[in-house]
Amino acid sequence: MSGCGAAKGRLIVQTKKIVNDGARAVEEMLQGVLAAHPRHIRAVEGSPRSIVSLNGPRPGKVGLVIGGGSGHEPTFLGFVGKGLADACAVGNVFASPPPDPIVECAKAVDGGAGILFAYGNYAGDVMNFDMAAEMLAMEDIEVRTVLSTDDVASAPPGEREKRRGVAGNFFVFKAGGAAADRMLPLDECERILRKANDQTYTVGVALAPCSLPQTRRPNFEIGPDEMEIGMGIHGEPGVERGPLRTADEIVDDIIDKIFAEMAPSRGDRVAVLVNSLGSTPLMELYIMNRRVAARLADRGVETHATWVGNYCTSLEMAGASITLHRLDGELQSMLDHPCDCAMFRAG
Amino acid sequence: MTISTDRLKAMFAAIAVAIEADKDRLCALDGVIGDADHGIAMDLGFAAARDATAALGDDADPTVVFNAAAKAFLNAVGASCGPLYATAFMRAGAAVKGKAKLEADDMVDAFAAMAKGIQDRGKAEPGEKTMIDAWLPAAEAARQARAAGASLPAALAAAADAAEQGAEATRNFAATKGRAARLGDRSLGHVDPGAASAVTVIRSMADSLADA
Repeated sequence: MSGCGAAKGRLIVQTKKIVNDGARAVEEMLQGVLAAHPRHIRAVEGSPRSIVSLNGPRPGKVGLVIGGGSGHEPTFLGFVGKGLADACAVGNVFASPPPDPIVECAKAVDGGAGILFAYGNYAGDVMNFDMAAEMLAMEDIEVRTVLSTDDVASAPPGEREKRRGVAGNFFVFKAGGAAADRMLPLDECERILRKANDQTYTVGVALAPCSLPQTRRPNFEIGPDEMEIGMGIHGEPGVERGPLRTADEIVDDIIDKIFAEMAPSRGDRVAVLVNSLGSTPLMELYIMNRRVAARLADRGVETHATWVGNYCTSLEMAGASITLHRLDGELQSMLDHPCDCAMFRAG
Repeated sequence: MTISTDRLKAMFAAIAVAIEADKDRLCALDGVIGDADHGIAMDLGFAAARDATAALGDDADPTVVFNAAAKAFLNAVGASCGPLYATAFMRAGAAVKGKAKLEADDMVDAFAAMAKGIQDRGKAEPGEKTMIDAWLPAAEAARQARAAGASLPAALAAAADAAEQGAEATRNFAATKGRAARLGDRSLGHVDPGAASAVTVIRSMADSLADA
């Protein structure tokens, strides 16, 4: 299959990628993932885009089904495992999975206590997961849905329900997975997931575009000295574009945006995620985290735990996001609950 | 002239050819206000719809053809255009249920059902910078042309013209639905890629049935 190689009237050099065939990238990635993690996950027989936890699902337990487009690894499939998600429906690159693999995920992990769908708030995902929920309702499987909406830059305050879900998915899924693993009923799992989402705030900055394996073409244009605050994890334009600044200035801008909404009080506790969008290295993430830690201490906010690394990527995009997840006793206990996934372990 | 199952299969094949030829332009349009993959998804979807409908036996009626296209499109793509076009084809199939061949009015009904299906699934209203801005005027133009006594080819040609005008008008709208909604006013001046691909779909349908 030929990709979208050339833009109108211009020859664009294709980006370099280690692939065999861009159109088969997701299938071949899944084969590699399953080969690497045989003790954690399997694909549903006859439904290769439905990835299920080997040790998580059991009778009487709410099944947590997550999913979305590929290209964000380890989000989403890396968070399938005991104590976190029970299954993940895998879409094409940056595209929602269709209803069928979602339905197969739900059936594979249904323990008779209901199914909880959790995924980022995007129009395509909502349509496909809603269609899956309608199909499952016809088979008497109860489904509840919680959308993650942590991307502060994607809609103004007061329109939180319009915001997209980005790296903060990590905390939202973690809380829901813990609740389900503790055998809490569907109502409780849903309540805890919603609460976790309400307390999760992310802002990202992009420095350079990514390119889809099928197109090998940069998915947006940005000047050599520019950055964009608030860009989405699919390259959706953000809130402002400006000259590239220092790490401390970038972090200050991000933290200011988050604090403006979160309004943390002295003595509040948070968990921190400093996430790479793909190609920004750990060195730069830790330089950012240095400033994050200083800003939190300055504000009198206690940091309960910090994760730094690739948690929700956008292929090889350069840039990073910062997520703050405010904890009360309940959310802290969910965060500290052990989990053992293909690409993430805690506790 | 009536439209047989074979004509419908040929129509899906024609859409697939047109979309494939248009793939790069659609990706580029989507790169401006979205995530640059719209051409890929549409190409995958219509190639799957073409293959699934081509594989049907001679005993398939029009409803079976539309449903096969819907299922194949949806499962190949997911994304946003998967549910939207799958719903369009399922509604078209439902609109002509029980008919062995389609008369001109049946085809116009199926066309209107497609537009309605897309609108219902996407919950979009006109002016929100979506494919609805091409599909709704197209369906209305086909209905009016037919009511005024136009032939099916003339009605579909009118639909394609209306779709084109509708898509062009999306330049003046700020997106409030779909991924581009996060852009707000920054989406002004750009044609919505979903509306642009709708024009290609509708134009190729009209061309494919031009001698019907």
